[in-house]
Amino acid sequence: MSFSVSTRGDVCIVEVEGQLIVGNRQELKQKILDELEKGTRKVLVDFARTGYIDSSGLGVLVSLAKKIREMGGDLRLANLNDDLQTLFELTKLDTLFQISETRERALENF
Amino acid sequence: MTPRVTPAEQRQLDVRIPSDVQYIEAIVEQVVLRCAAHSYPRRHLALNVPVALTEAISNAILRGNHDDAARSVHVRADVDSSRLVLEVRDEGIGFDLDACTEDPTTPENLLREDGRGLFLMRRLMDHVERFSDGGNVVRLILHRA
Repeated sequence: MSFSVSTRGDVCIVEVEGQLIVGNRQELKQKILDELEKGTRKVLVDFARTGYIDSSGLGVLVSLAKKIREMGGDLRLANLNDDLQTLFELTKLDTLFQISETRERALENF
Repeated sequence: MTPRVTPAEQRQLDVRIPSDVQYIEAIVEQVVLRCAAHSYPRRHLALNVPVALTEAISNAILRGNHDDAARSVHVRADVDSSRLVLEVRDEGIGFDLDACTEDPTTPENLLREDGRGLFLMRRLMDHVERFSDGGNVVRLILHRA
């Protein structure tokens, strides 16, 4: 499992490869905090290559979204597969995040 | 050469790990493999089993054993064509499962970082119970159909 960070315009894109769980959530959090420190205010997390997410991973996304919105930015999500979409619906976190079917669609109006 | 897996090995897993969350993913993978061998639905393999088992083991490590590496977590899985039974045992004093009823999906809880673990176990498994047998055990049951 790993995280790759790239930028498109003023949007920081973080791709989650593998799982986002209790064992690596802090790594994701720190990577995004580092980007915020550099001035990034728009973050897109791309789950196209993600397996599963546990409650710790969900919690980190919630925590980061709160922080980024307080800073005047936003954290959005893209490429959730059916299982991940179900996970967000079960927890009602689909109401908290703007979720796009593809990375390109997410970037169009970010 | 790929080691031959006996029917019993394919059905059961019995492993003890130190209290370190880095062990979780490998155990989940082993349980999912056994469920796949018994033709569990794709949704079970990709969502129900990995998420619920990750929650149970991380709870055991972080809450039951307080992240104390000297304490261990014992994971047992028994899979057949009708159901998966998971038991996760820690060295903690246990907790009152029935008292843990907070709903993380309410508006006042939605922005909380924590509080979704037990909720997910209950939503993704058919049965969740806790008991003591010298250790603190959480048992999860998922029916294949």
